[in-house]
Amino acid sequence: MSYIRPEFRHPDSQTNVSGFTRKDYEGALSTLCAGCGHDSVSSGIIDACFELGVWPHRVAKISGIGCSSKTPTYFLGKSHGFNSVHGRMPSVATGANMANGDMAYIGISGDGDTASIGLGQFGHVARRNLNMTYIVENNGCYGLTKGQDSATTDVGSSSKKGDPNPFEAIDLCSMALQLGATMVARSFSGDKEQLVPLIKAAITHNGFAFIDVISPCVTFNNTPASSKGFEFVREHREATGKMDFVPVRSEITADYEPGFVKEITLHYGSVIHLYKDDKLDCTDRNSALRAIQEHDDKGQILTGLLYVDPDSRDFHKVQQTVKQPLRDLVEEDLCPGARALNAINASLR
Amino acid sequence: MKRIEAVNEFVIRFANVNGTGSASANAMFAKSIFRMGIPSAPKNIFPSNIQGLPTWFEVRVSEKGYLGRRGGIDIAVAVNPQSMAEDIADLNPGGYFVYDNTKPLDLRLHRGDVHLIGLPLTDMCRQEYTEARQRQLFKNVIYVGALAALLNIEFSVLKELVGEQFKGKDKLVASNIHALELGFQYAQNNFDCPLGVHMERRDLIGNKIMMEGNDALALGAIYGGATVVAWYPLTPSTSVIEGFEKYAKRLRIDPGSGDRRYAVVQAEDELAAIGIVIGAGWNGARAFTATSGPGLSLMSEFLGLAYFAEVPAVLFDIQRAGPSTGMPTRTQQSDILSAAYASHGDTKHVLLIPSNPKECFEMSAESFDLADRLQTPVIVMSDLDVGMNDNLSEPLVWDDKRDYDRGKVFSMEQLDEMSERYGRYLDTDEDGICFRTLPGVHPEKGAFFTRGTSRDEYAKYTESGDEYVRNMERLTRKFETAKGLVPMPQIHKAKKTTRDAMVFYGSSNSACLEALDILAADGLHLNAMRLRSFPFGKAVTDFVDQHDRVFVIDQNRDAQMRKLLIIECEINPSKVLSYTHYDGMPMTALGAAKHIASVLGGSNVTPLRKKKKAGAKA
Repeated sequence: MSYIRPEFRHPDSQTNVSGFTRKDYEGALSTLCAGCGHDSVSSGIIDACFELGVWPHRVAKISGIGCSSKTPTYFLGKSHGFNSVHGRMPSVATGANMANGDMAYIGISGDGDTASIGLGQFGHVARRNLNMTYIVENNGCYGLTKGQDSATTDVGSSSKKGDPNPFEAIDLCSMALQLGATMVARSFSGDKEQLVPLIKAAITHNGFAFIDVISPCVTFNNTPASSKGFEFVREHREATGKMDFVPVRSEITADYEPGFVKEITLHYGSVIHLYKDDKLDCTDRNSALRAIQEHDDKGQILTGLLYVDPDSRDFHKVQQTVKQPLRDLVEEDLCPGARALNAINASLR
Repeated sequence: MKRIEAVNEFVIRFANVNGTGSASANAMFAKSIFRMGIPSAPKNIFPSNIQGLPTWFEVRVSEKGYLGRRGGIDIAVAVNPQSMAEDIADLNPGGYFVYDNTKPLDLRLHRGDVHLIGLPLTDMCRQEYTEARQRQLFKNVIYVGALAALLNIEFSVLKELVGEQFKGKDKLVASNIHALELGFQYAQNNFDCPLGVHMERRDLIGNKIMMEGNDALALGAIYGGATVVAWYPLTPSTSVIEGFEKYAKRLRIDPGSGDRRYAVVQAEDELAAIGIVIGAGWNGARAFTATSGPGLSLMSEFLGLAYFAEVPAVLFDIQRAGPSTGMPTRTQQSDILSAAYASHGDTKHVLLIPSNPKECFEMSAESFDLADRLQTPVIVMSDLDVGMNDNLSEPLVWDDKRDYDRGKVFSMEQLDEMSERYGRYLDTDEDGICFRTLPGVHPEKGAFFTRGTSRDEYAKYTESGDEYVRNMERLTRKFETAKGLVPMPQIHKAKKTTRDAMVFYGSSNSACLEALDILAADGLHLNAMRLRSFPFGKAVTDFVDQHDRVFVIDQNRDAQMRKLLIIECEINPSKVLSYTHYDGMPMTALGAAKHIASVLGGSNVTPLRKKKKAGAKA
């Protein structure tokens, strides 16, 4: 461990609408490399949850395997977490969500976990529109096994090992869009101003919210020749527009020039404000796909909110499950009893 | 020429083309035997195909109540030209060959020792019906009508069954009864009815039911409180899920809102299916999946996670013939070892092994209690034979006083009252089972991180060897606890004192019980034990210890249960003998009896066979 986090917090620390301080959303000390982009994402999640005022214990954190999947230990220490098996976080999250739709589910994955071993599960959880936040901490390499190229490494990009990657990269945002994700965004671990409102919108969104966060690996893939290094990403990033997330209970106070703002009202009444227009229409899948492609053609990485469907119907809705969490149903609700069984016996004679 | 003579004691086999509607006609035939009060065991022998390949339906009729496969065929109903050569060749001497004689039987197929009964089925249909599909469908109904005359099935029973099948569709009822009559009349007018082999009404069924094991597993899951179901289609497990949905639509709809008190997720593969089950189990819902061998292989990694992270999960394995894709529509008990030890590292799983629908129902419901109590996967080991065939069974029973055992789960109140630090893996009761908490239960206490990595008693990641070993030893202790909770074996005492024994399990039950009778009739007495679960408790080891020679009956090549017994009970392998049957068809009583008799040095099987036939006359 390279540093120690002081336990002291200002006694008058600001509390949020639910009466919690930011400390209530922190987790254990990170054991990732100093400067790892993933730690900034964890911090972004802490900020987003604190600012939203979610109850920490009403969030469940689920991950697969890899550096990214270790991070749920480092935020929301009062939440249950599940570090499952490699590439299978989506199925565990699906089961957990089916059992209790009344909690928030944050899935943390990496580019190996999602774009390689877990590509199948990623695709299917997106098409089911499971109500969850799915964050990929995308560093374009396998960190925990010391820097092999991953499926999101760009053609020609090279990591510390030096050999340029010969294979086409998988663009997870485009995939998510094509597969039916109802909120898709891309961000950068080095830009909290953009990342935090996106996470807030994702947690609030009623459906599958996907955020591809480029999160450089300082140890293995932060070379000048890497397209996932801090330097490259900072220089080649183009944002869709500044964005504000306004929770349902807040008064809208943002100052903006009328005519330059688009308002998107989410399921529970919260609002996303998009300042500045890009050619992108964030409620149109095709527009988002085109914009990603156009920027890619110019060698740019398009970040920000790419798509959101404010009328999204999540998987519980499709499944027509009862309002009450399935796990809370008791024997009376579930077991038809002996009389019904006798009738069934009679029908089998 | 010799003629097999038997009342209510025979085997009939139908040879059809799949996808032609024969299954429902054959099912009507089987049900009519049941309604005449005579025990019977129908078995569907079908191809991995939707249309156009040979399919068979074999029914053993036995008023003595022997419901395993007997071996040998007394009556063949051959309506598939593709398989006719095989169908006539398989017939016992003196048997009856019922076939479509619209085209004369190929002379090369003629046998001098069987009785030919030609029905001009195609001709009759051509005259009676204009539509091709009708001609195909009613051909099946016509031969059932003919069999009614030939085998003395009460026509009123068939009429009643048609009435039930097409309830509310009077036109269909009338046309089906007409087809039955056509066949009946033809047989009546052209043959000496009934044949030497036929049926007579008995009252031997009582309140028994006919049910597929998979249907019973599904219903058990409804009763056991399963709410989250995840699956990937795989023969022969698919009908478990279909059954669950069928019952859930009737029994699990919220009366106020019309919403569902369950969720069925068709997953992208078996890995996702078990992942969903584990996610739901972790979050406090009762969840299950159903699969067969190939799916079990795919689920192995996740099963190891659930074992090590201690998450309840229920899996129904409807075994089929492996390895690999094997014979996907044939039965076997060949997943025993891969289920017992599924996953890498030191893993062990609780297995429940039902042998009939009643047990499928009970063990299904019980598996959810056990999974919750033991916080581990429970695998119910059924097979295609029990699962996909209609089995005669005692009626299903549910005790309304029974409560779900949700195991050790701290509630919000319990956490509130706790002064000490909560430790997810603290073995406070010394039974290896620790208290878990469900996500979201308490704002301040009880949260922990579930992981497949090693951790300490407070669920904190650790690479300490001592902590790891302590945890693994606790898991062993938990498995010891499991021995006292799983269903006990069923013991059958021989009529005479003996040091020889037979051990069997699952779908082998009926054939093995019959084999015991065959052997006893020949002076060879064996005690018997039907295993119903794993891990093996004291009752199992005691039984084995009390005998000098123990035959373990396995429907797999490698005698997997024999091996499991030897490994787990540390038995001297030389006293554990084996009989295996694994050609994909259910085992036969005669096959097992013949083998055991030859090893025990008693009489050989020829006299046994004669005795069998003589018995059939009675």
